[in-house]
Amino acid sequence: MQTDRSAPAGQDAIDVPYVARLARLALTPAETSLFQQQLGRVVGYMRELAELNVDQVEPMAQTMPRCNVLRLDEPRPGLPREKVLANAPRHDGEQFIVPKIV
Amino acid sequence: MPQFNTLTVGQAVDMLDQGGCTSEELVGDLLDSIRARDGELGAYVHLDEEDALRQARAADAQRRDGRRAPLLGVPLAVKDVINVAGQPCGCASRILEGYTAPYDATAIARLRAAGAVFLGRANMDEFAMGSTTENSAVKITRNPWDASRVPGGSSGGSAAMVAADEALAALGSDTGGSVRQPAAFCGCVGLKPSYGRVSRYGLTAFASSLDQIGPLTKTVADAARLLAVMGGSDPLDSTAADLPLPDLQAALQPDLRGLRLGLPREYFVGGIAPEVEQAVQTAIRACERLGARLTEVSLPTTRHAVAAYYIISCAEASANLARFDGVRYGRRAADAADPDEMYCRTRAAGFGAEVKRRIILGAYVLSSGYYDAYYVRAQKARALIRDDFAGAFRECDALLAPVTPTAAYKLGEVLDNPLQMYLGDIFTVPANLAGNCALSVPCGFTAAGLPVGLQVVGPAFREDVILRVGHAYEQAAGWPRRGA
Repeated sequence: MQTDRSAPAGQDAIDVPYVARLARLALTPAETSLFQQQLGRVVGYMRELAELNVDQVEPMAQTMPRCNVLRLDEPRPGLPREKVLANAPRHDGEQFIVPKIV
Repeated sequence: MPQFNTLTVGQAVDMLDQGGCTSEELVGDLLDSIRARDGELGAYVHLDEEDALRQARAADAQRRDGRRAPLLGVPLAVKDVINVAGQPCGCASRILEGYTAPYDATAIARLRAAGAVFLGRANMDEFAMGSTTENSAVKITRNPWDASRVPGGSSGGSAAMVAADEALAALGSDTGGSVRQPAAFCGCVGLKPSYGRVSRYGLTAFASSLDQIGPLTKTVADAARLLAVMGGSDPLDSTAADLPLPDLQAALQPDLRGLRLGLPREYFVGGIAPEVEQAVQTAIRACERLGARLTEVSLPTTRHAVAAYYIISCAEASANLARFDGVRYGRRAADAADPDEMYCRTRAAGFGAEVKRRIILGAYVLSSGYYDAYYVRAQKARALIRDDFAGAFRECDALLAPVTPTAAYKLGEVLDNPLQMYLGDIFTVPANLAGNCALSVPCGFTAAGLPVGLQVVGPAFREDVILRVGHAYEQAAGWPRRGA
């Protein structure tokens, strides 16, 4: 079960190094401390949403109620392989080449 | 002396049809204007003069062969976030340096099928994140009315070039105001279509439930003309509504008789610069003289809109920008020992500060323990904002409001204060959250000569109403545009 870990009103302590790791961003120490300060203020401001009465309100994920938009299962040409690979930093004509995973 | 660059799209279409000019001459005058001015203005991030002239000559040849099409030979500029096949699509970011679009966005494909010529790429805040275009990794863009000030953002390049007659019209994108706010700051027209009105296929995604491509133009009639070509359902975008466009040209009437216009009281509270409020109020009286009935309405959840917007948009952005990892396109950090290191170093080197801030904020509000307090709560606030508008639109056909609390900031003024910059979006984000359509129309100047915009907000899929209001007001008011 999710717990509400909102800190008391004012500046929020956002764990910037932890969240940056989740987002696969390597920050410098200078960036970390700058963002800690700037985002702390932003998150502190966002906590004013806690004042809003949202009992009985359904969360809204999209502006138009669309779901299961289907089309006929007919194969059609996609982007040709050369175009797909054309912007690749490294490729062998058939695949993207990346550093070894395992 | 360049002259055809001062035309509107409508005038250009007529001139081309009547043989008053060729597309090549039109593009030539635009290129002259850009050469004379853009060194200082910085609106274009990419311009291939030879390619533009080649497209123009091809259009002229087709016209001589008897082809007719709604925009044949009309040059348009495109914000650097929308894919145009064969052109760069850098999103004003280092991480996409060298990227060439392999396909056309649907909106582009439709404009191309209508005969349009694609002139060049407009500067923007990186990945559409910002309100000043100062977050571009390429260059800054200056406001054509005051070079010490910003053009707004994130579609700042698009707005500046239209206002300076370096383009007849330009495409932008609007997620939280990024078409309307620069239009207001630069004194041109900016339209945010309803969510789902224009296909997002080929628009580099920032926030998928909020983004829309929109035109920046010299007149409301031009915006209607471009929307008519771009809009409509698309099998490549399941969020594009399966709804026909209303007759937008028929909507452009000289008066506003029979219309009820609502004034949301929460948009006129303190905090608005007096000169901005004055210009907007004068415009509202003008709409009344044109025959509209004014009524006060209330949108009580307005004060929570900025918080809800930044939580939702950053959450969606953190997911959408995960694809920039050095694997398939764009830059890649060299000599990474493993993919994880490649991702972290590629993104660290490739993204600017504002993009990093928003990705971190987005990941934070989605993370375990915070998801309910921020993200779900913001989605509930969003539902209340949508309901507020629905209630207001039972009392009126469209709303009138300021676009921004102030006129254009000085360069550097809000750069180090993200929160202050975010708060400037208070009047624009609600329409994105609710999915409504909204228009910014020039409505005057401050004493210092800075443009002010009037916002017209309409119910979803009723662009005909807001275009009607904007057009009638614009024709009656006759605000001067800046020439080349």
